[in-house]
Amino acid sequence: MGKQAFDEIMGKPGAETARPELAALGRWIEDTPDAELRRRQEAAETTFRQLGITFAVYGEEEAAERIIPFDIVPRVFLHDEWTRLSEGLVQRVEAINAFLDDIYGERRILKEGVLPEDLVLGNAQFRPEIAGMRPPHGVWAHICGIDLVRTGPDDFFVLEDNARTPSGVSYMLENREAMLRLCPELFRQFRVAAVDSYPDRLLETMKSVAPHGTGSNPTCVLLTPGHYNSAYYEHSFLADSMGIELVEGADLVVDDDIVWMRTIAGRVKVDVIYRRIDDDYLDPLVFRPDSALGVPGLIAAYAAGNVAILNAPGNGIADDKAIYSYMPDIVKFYSGGECKLPNVETWRCREPDSLKYVLEHLDEVVVKLVDGSGGYGMLVGPTASKAEIEAFRAALIAEPQRYIAQPTLALSTVPTMADGGLSPRHVDFRPFVLTGSKGVQVVPGGLTRVALKEGSLVVNSSQGGGTKDSFVLMADQTQRMARGGMTQTMGGMTQSLGEIG
Amino acid sequence: MLSRTASSLYWLGRYFERADFIARLVEATVRLDVLSSQPAGEDAWASALAVTETDTAFGGALEQAEVVRFLTLDASHPGSIVRCLDMARNNAKAVRTALTREAWTAINRAWLLFENRASPRGTTETLNLVDAVKNETRGFEGAIHRMLRNQTTWFIRLGQAVERADNTARLLDVKYHILLPEGEKVGGAIDRDQWTTILQTVSAVTAYRWLYNDGLRPADVIDLLIARSELPRSLAASVEETVDVLNLLAKRTGNHGEADRMARMRAARLAKTRSGEVIASGLHQYLQAFIHENGLLHAAIGRQFKFL
Repeated sequence: MGKQAFDEIMGKPGAETARPELAALGRWIEDTPDAELRRRQEAAETTFRQLGITFAVYGEEEAAERIIPFDIVPRVFLHDEWTRLSEGLVQRVEAINAFLDDIYGERRILKEGVLPEDLVLGNAQFRPEIAGMRPPHGVWAHICGIDLVRTGPDDFFVLEDNARTPSGVSYMLENREAMLRLCPELFRQFRVAAVDSYPDRLLETMKSVAPHGTGSNPTCVLLTPGHYNSAYYEHSFLADSMGIELVEGADLVVDDDIVWMRTIAGRVKVDVIYRRIDDDYLDPLVFRPDSALGVPGLIAAYAAGNVAILNAPGNGIADDKAIYSYMPDIVKFYSGGECKLPNVETWRCREPDSLKYVLEHLDEVVVKLVDGSGGYGMLVGPTASKAEIEAFRAALIAEPQRYIAQPTLALSTVPTMADGGLSPRHVDFRPFVLTGSKGVQVVPGGLTRVALKEGSLVVNSSQGGGTKDSFVLMADQTQRMARGGMTQTMGGMTQSLGEIG
Repeated sequence: MLSRTASSLYWLGRYFERADFIARLVEATVRLDVLSSQPAGEDAWASALAVTETDTAFGGALEQAEVVRFLTLDASHPGSIVRCLDMARNNAKAVRTALTREAWTAINRAWLLFENRASPRGTTETLNLVDAVKNETRGFEGAIHRMLRNQTTWFIRLGQAVERADNTARLLDVKYHILLPEGEKVGGAIDRDQWTTILQTVSAVTAYRWLYNDGLRPADVIDLLIARSELPRSLAASVEETVDVLNLLAKRTGNHGEADRMARMRAARLAKTRSGEVIASGLHQYLQAFIHENGLLHAAIGRQFKFL
């Protein structure tokens, strides 16, 4: 890559010892033989395969079920790093919710000229069908996954917002399970915030947004496209850990604007639906008429206020890549303060000056489709072939409005098991943020994706990426870190324990 | 419980049981064809197709290699073992959180037996494959008996019981389709050989000796497979099992009706059935009527539990 990347554990690239705050982790890496790390990694992957934590790669044969490679060396967030990050995440997700409420309501932000109107109203992700509808309790983006990259100790950037149906949370939970089993010594050395309450928090979030008048124990379900979907394992895993039914479209029926599920004992009324189906397929009466996955009449029931849908239909307008470049302005508009988590610099190819710049620097930048995901339809300039660059040049000139471009960042690295032993590999990070009627919470952990190929910046699992556990350290870390258990260092036990509680 | 979940569990039970039956049928036919002193030849393979009602769908030559491939490995034939296991596995996947790891791995292992297998090869390999399938179905049987005793297990068992009743009736019917060589008498040596083969394929040779303290008499074999509820694969036992499981479901879910009544009536009728009368009025006709009635019970179960 040429550019030197910040290493999350070692600090400076090529450093001999770990960052002082992570000295214990550095020693662990040094003291544990590679063969032992490999053995544990294989044990974790064997478990994943047996449990069937697999995903399907679109375009490959139907039977191709793969597991996502797991790396045994965790990535670690210090407590104060995490605190700052959380504040930025809460601010951003609050703004996303306010933006959606506004766009499908008054459209103040358009009237005040913060965003170009055609960018929103002419956007394929904008759903005129649901304009004027308001979800119960005014919450739109209940579950957000905000993709972050890091380039230095204090330099976090938002790469993309996922306000529709972000996936990957099952990896956060399963990776932690594997680490607890295979590397228990790390959890004695570090006080790592637990993530296993995620299903409970998610269920609380679901219950909190049940339509008014549903009673104290609303019926919640998880709606999946079915077991051919690449994220089916996650759907069944989450439904199971929340103790709610995993339903398919055909299990639900809408009658007189009420949603029912068909059970062996007859119909049961459904109040809250966590759907893992895209808007397009949600209701053939409103969106794609050829969809067999959805539930006819669901949107009418939603409009009547009889059911809550997580995340709300229409959210695509908030995480669209063309809108993304305006997020700092959007955050500022709704929060009244500066945006705490900056964006990656972005050229909107729809603007002639930006397009000119991008075309002149195609070998340096990353070009993305505004509506692409999963690492498809993407050009990474510095590693692309001449032919790929020329293909993108033609596409950009033909339809510039479909693309954005960003500089190639020196993404941070974390030591990762490679063929020749531990070696730095680039990572990104997806924390999960839940919004219920009582406010926003950030789960202390997330999904770290790692590009396993040396020098590669593409972390998507469909493109050969892997995952790592992500530790978030709790407040009293300093005492535990010091060898010999010194207790007189700053903070003191009382305060730290108070913060944890 | 969701109707779809119940339906998937029920079908999982049916398809896995059916895979086991096709394996047993192939084994029986191989024996009938080559192991007896006077081979039944083409007749044996024609009868295997006739009882599964696939004689018209099968386009190949009436010989072991072709028919075995069709019944075991043919992915385009919905009644082949590989397709049954595929369907069982898909249903299991759709309800995988309801299954224990043991139950799931038994299904998965059976399915993996067929990965990258293009030809059934010779008789030994065919019998080995059949044995391996039977091993996995036994493992699955063990696994579900160790699961929680609730609706999940009961719907799987219900599917198995309904399928098993159908399958045993079809296996008995094999004998009807095989003609005895010219000059052979009913009740003669070859006739008895063939009945022994049928007993072997339902693992009931020893059971027969225990229950009928006598040499092999076709009427007794028929009696055993139809009316003796001590034998788990008999029609009587399979029908009793459907009654029992439906009772358990009714007690737990409060859902009882048409299917319960139908199953109870069949069980009562089977308890009064005498094999002598069955033979006198035509075994084949009796079995055909039984299979038809079994289909009606299947439909009633679907309606009662609102399968999609």
